[in-house]
Amino acid sequence: MIDLHGYGPLLLDGAWLTVKVALASVAVGLVFGLIGAIAKLSNSVIARGAATAYTAIVRGIPELLLLLIIFYGGTLLVQQIWRGLGSDSYVEIQPFVAGTFTLAFVFGAYATEVFRGAILSVPKGQIEAAYAMGMGQFTMFRRVMLPQVWRFALPGLGNLWLVLLKDTSLISVVNLNELMYNSRSAAGATREPFTFFVAAAVIYLGFTIVSMIVLQFSERRARRGVRLS
Amino acid sequence: MDLELMIDSIPMLLEGAGMTVQLVALALVVGMCLAIPLALARVSKYPALWMPVYGFIFIFRGTPLLVQIFIVYYGFGQSEAVRESFLWPFFKEAYWCAIFTFSLNTSAYTAELLRGAIQAVPHGEIEAARSLGMPRLLMLRRVVVPRAFRLALPAYGNEIILMLKGSALASTITLLDLTGVARVIVARTYAPYELFLMAALMYLALTLLIVRALKYAEWRLSPHLRPPLNEN
Repeated sequence: MIDLHGYGPLLLDGAWLTVKVALASVAVGLVFGLIGAIAKLSNSVIARGAATAYTAIVRGIPELLLLLIIFYGGTLLVQQIWRGLGSDSYVEIQPFVAGTFTLAFVFGAYATEVFRGAILSVPKGQIEAAYAMGMGQFTMFRRVMLPQVWRFALPGLGNLWLVLLKDTSLISVVNLNELMYNSRSAAGATREPFTFFVAAAVIYLGFTIVSMIVLQFSERRARRGVRLS
Repeated sequence: MDLELMIDSIPMLLEGAGMTVQLVALALVVGMCLAIPLALARVSKYPALWMPVYGFIFIFRGTPLLVQIFIVYYGFGQSEAVRESFLWPFFKEAYWCAIFTFSLNTSAYTAELLRGAIQAVPHGEIEAARSLGMPRLLMLRRVVVPRAFRLALPAYGNEIILMLKGSALASTITLLDLTGVARVIVARTYAPYELFLMAALMYLALTLLIVRALKYAEWRLSPHLRPPLNEN
């Protein structure tokens, strides 16, 4: 067994923050993704253009750079607005907020494509049938669209979640004390970088394995109404 | 926005972009050389072959690239044995550590793509090769690998773009790639908008270039799917 020199709890604290940041990002990111997909499928040229630009930009810019833009650029922006309002106190965007926003922004862009595909996969006849039965738009969406969009989107979203989980490590660069940051601290204090980075890797791998099991279970559950040929 | 600063920074950022391209290109070449044998081992029916490869792919895909690069750059030096071995001049350099990590990382992802593609090669073509009396290696070289490449090309394009984005992590181990140069200038001038946006534009340009090149490669590699040029 590897000796963590009493830094085990520090790593676990970091791991817990990693989970929190990942869950917060995925919650916000799903909203971004849904809005993006609806914009991409809308009739408005402006909405479609904006959504296309959004996905193209995120696809082409490194997550790390995006995080730096949002963290440093965002702080500067907030400060300028603050100054403009006549205050001269120092404000800074918290790393947690900047990190969550960045990861959600990235997740949302890729989720836009996933949702778009999933929405298009719902057979038109079913939607017509729902209307013919007198369902309102909202009821139709909740009863017919949503359960199927969920099923079609789940494998894609699962992959995005695994990517997001790993990308949380980037937030350590702007000093959020999540798993990666804490393993760096421990590595610095003990001068045993190998031990602590491998420990971090093992924890990330554990998260990946747990996620894969949960995803497999949810996919099976989402498929339970499908007749297998 | 300080336009002058943006324009002044272009030469330095371009130098950084050169480093980024170098890192990505080298990693992709080495990664591909590793990925082909890995993919072939992955589809083997012998557990002694596919199981270790499966583990390798799983570990590299299941942990963050940042952790991997830190293990190699900061971690390897912890062991006395590594520091005194002939490998130390290699692992001492951030540049080679980045190449090493990126190559292994991309080879894991590429091997998985190729595995999917190899399994998607139509069975009839393999049977045809066998019935022509091709030995196994010849069949792999002439039928399976080229076919798999064509099938994997669109997905491999995504992997190239992901590698380009991942290469920004080289800046965390002191390398002056595109992100690294931007960070250094920002630390000096405290002009995050200008520099990071310029860097972002350069990354977008590189991505666009890659997408275009891939479109062309796909077009070149699928003459059988194109409509005939003139039908008279």
